[in-house]
Amino acid sequence: MAEAKKELKISRPYGQIRWENAFKRSLVIIALLMVVVVAGILLTLIIQSIPSLKSLGIKYLWGKTWDPINNVYGALPFLLGTLLTSFLALIISIPFSFSIAIYLGEYNPRGWLSNFLKNTVELIAAVPSVIYGFWGILVLVPIVQKLEIKLGVLPYGIGIFTASLVLAIMIIPYAASLGREMIKMVPSPLKEGAYSLGATRFEVIKNVILPYTKSGLFAGVLLSLGRALGETMAVTMVIGNTSTIPTSLFAPGNTMASVIANEFNEADHSLYWSALVELGLALFLVTVVINVIGKRIIKRFTNE
Amino acid sequence: MNKPNVNIKYRLGKSRVFQGLILVLAFVVTLPLIAIIVYIFKEGITKINWTFLTAIPKPVGEIGGGIANALVGSIIIVAVAAIIAVPLGIMCGIYLSENKRGRLAYWSRLCVDVLQGVPSIVIGIVMYFWLVKPLGGFSAWSGSVALAVMMLPILIRSTEETLKLLPDTLKEAGLALGLPYHKVILRIIVPCGFSGILSGVMLSVARIAGETAPLLFTAFGNSYTNTNITRPMESLPHLIYYYATAPDDNWHNLAWGASLILLFSVLLLNIITKITTRRWNIQL
Repeated sequence: MAEAKKELKISRPYGQIRWENAFKRSLVIIALLMVVVVAGILLTLIIQSIPSLKSLGIKYLWGKTWDPINNVYGALPFLLGTLLTSFLALIISIPFSFSIAIYLGEYNPRGWLSNFLKNTVELIAAVPSVIYGFWGILVLVPIVQKLEIKLGVLPYGIGIFTASLVLAIMIIPYAASLGREMIKMVPSPLKEGAYSLGATRFEVIKNVILPYTKSGLFAGVLLSLGRALGETMAVTMVIGNTSTIPTSLFAPGNTMASVIANEFNEADHSLYWSALVELGLALFLVTVVINVIGKRIIKRFTNE
Repeated sequence: MNKPNVNIKYRLGKSRVFQGLILVLAFVVTLPLIAIIVYIFKEGITKINWTFLTAIPKPVGEIGGGIANALVGSIIIVAVAAIIAVPLGIMCGIYLSENKRGRLAYWSRLCVDVLQGVPSIVIGIVMYFWLVKPLGGFSAWSGSVALAVMMLPILIRSTEETLKLLPDTLKEAGLALGLPYHKVILRIIVPCGFSGILSGVMLSVARIAGETAPLLFTAFGNSYTNTNITRPMESLPHLIYYYATAPDDNWHNLAWGASLILLFSVLLLNIITKITTRRWNIQL
């Protein structure tokens, strides 16, 4: 009896120490796992695109024709498609997202109206992209078609411009919510100083708030650009999926993400496949760089 | 500021016009969301009935059918993804909040940031090479793994941010009473931050429930109801994509109904999360 009691006393702490160590070790392993996953993603993309890197080389990037049947691969149509849609979407979305940021950050930071706007903007980011695509096909495409008839261009309806419109709606929340946080952080003595010198509200925003939050707003724009570059489903559904160099903003095209979504399952030989993976690799690298820079700027801004 | 002699009335007027412009531009943004919700509700609500929820899709040209296969598939795929991602995400969040400095924490945090920005289609490609090609076929669980990878950054961030808000004295009190480290974390720290972690879980589920791109190359699709996670499985977003782009009115109807169900469950999850975080007063 006495012995059993003694054993019990000793074994409990030992067991706990073992548990404690196992717990700490599993935490470290899981933190390491994140690094392994990201490194694994990068390695897999590189290894799988080696055939295309070897046989197509750097020329791949500015090859104008994409013709898998004759084994001719050039990524220029998709690079152009991605750049055109993303930047057009960015240009359309910036006035709106900055307006939301200024309204919520400066004019009306509290109250039910600003709560309503804030929640609505967050819900815009929550809507699945495939639903934007479906809505785009059945609602936006006919509207764009009418516009195109008025402008006298070929009324495809689908195309670069429609894709940019859908993308613009989708990326507004990213720049808007980040911008709001940044504008809220402007120290009030700065603003009060400008007011006491007789500045109007517009002048305070233009000469104090915007210069102060410049880098933060830029980071928000970068993060929305990252979203726009990688967005797949909504774009695939409304861009028309034509693998030629787009002739105008209203012409159908293809982006890097949409060509992968359309052709990856159909690719029937290794070079075709690997050319698609190389597009994925390029997409990965670009979005990683954009996101890391954006996050760095935010971190520096919030630490100051 | 360069022209100090400008009339004050002009300057005030300019300020007012600017304010009006900002107000209009800011609220114009709500229109597309309202338009989408109203349109999908109007088109979708008439399609939903008992057969719609319990039958499987009919082939082209036949009227009727339902989306039972996608409903069951979506629930299974998302549930498996959550089972994989939630423990990992919470544990990683705990590690990052416990080790604010340190080399591993730095790299781990960087990788989480990177993971958050990776386009979903790229994750689909990678999962294809990791899980689909070696095992010789599309499977639902490879789709779940792809979605789990997309859930992780949101989970980790929300766990880390929530636990950072807790005072150190809580942990110190537990340790001073002689509790082992894992008990301090699991019995004191995690329960205290439970609501924040829970809202992270709900947000991440809402985020991936509508993801289509990673499922294209992993779970693929299936026109029959399937509960075996080693076989291809249909999901709501994939069904919407597939049927919305097909030129068939009956299929469009199925896609409308499916969109309504998907949209409302995702929005509902988001709103519930918002209400709970407000009650617990936790900033995400």
